[in-house]
Amino acid sequence: MNAEQILFILFGAVSLIGAISVISFRHPIYSALSLIVTFFAQAGLFLLLGAHFVAAVQVIVYAGAIMVLFLFVIMLLNLGTLSAKGAMGGKLKGFAVILGILLAIEGIYIATNVLNNTAIASAQPATATPNTTTYEIGELLFSKYLLPFEVTSLILLAALIGVIVLVKRESESEN
Amino acid sequence: MELKYYLILSALLFTTGVIGVLVRRNAIIIFMCIELMLNAANLAFVAISRSLGEATGQVFVFFVMTVAAAEVAIGLAIIVSVFKHRETINVDEVNSLKG
Repeated sequence: MNAEQILFILFGAVSLIGAISVISFRHPIYSALSLIVTFFAQAGLFLLLGAHFVAAVQVIVYAGAIMVLFLFVIMLLNLGTLSAKGAMGGKLKGFAVILGILLAIEGIYIATNVLNNTAIASAQPATATPNTTTYEIGELLFSKYLLPFEVTSLILLAALIGVIVLVKRESESEN
Repeated sequence: MELKYYLILSALLFTTGVIGVLVRRNAIIIFMCIELMLNAANLAFVAISRSLGEATGQVFVFFVMTVAAAEVAIGLAIIVSVFKHRETINVDEVNSLKG
């Protein structure tokens, strides 16, 4: 085994264990902290894939901004005592897990078999491609994908206005 | 590592998110599981982008991240205002958004 394989197994195992912890801890704070571990492990996987800029953005945006928002809301609502009872689903829980395992088997089947017949499988092997630089990503973002990039800014604007409207209506109804 | 193994890992992470959405009743944890699924898709995007030798997949990761950020901001605002009205965020009890 070379270093890349060992690192892949390490990061992959950490991200999977973190993901399973997210859905099995009863207290939302523990779930949020497990999710941060998963995000860091995935940033490591992005580094292994040569996507350095994506890895940095993953840590800054996901592990930084989004998770702080989650933790802030959990602490604001003080959910610990409230949600411990009945945190897990009721009668259909086992059924949901069985369906999930079936979905996992389908996903693994697609990843191993179906890809053999598509263009992705016949492409260059992963080791032949150099690391993607920030320059390349920026050039694509501002030339070929300029319109989607601008639409993205509209999504953010819409989200901003939506949140302001939600919070504002709340304070007006109380007065 | 081969592309295959990254896609298998991505499928497993996605499935974990799906099981979380189906099993958990806490709205905030359901949101976290949706983030997990979006991240699994990001992993598949980057792995395939690496395999094809172009940066397009990584550009799409940024779009996914933007949508995730917008979704979290609005979703958490809705959760906070639902909690103010009903004193719970258990999705079995909150079956109507009308306050």
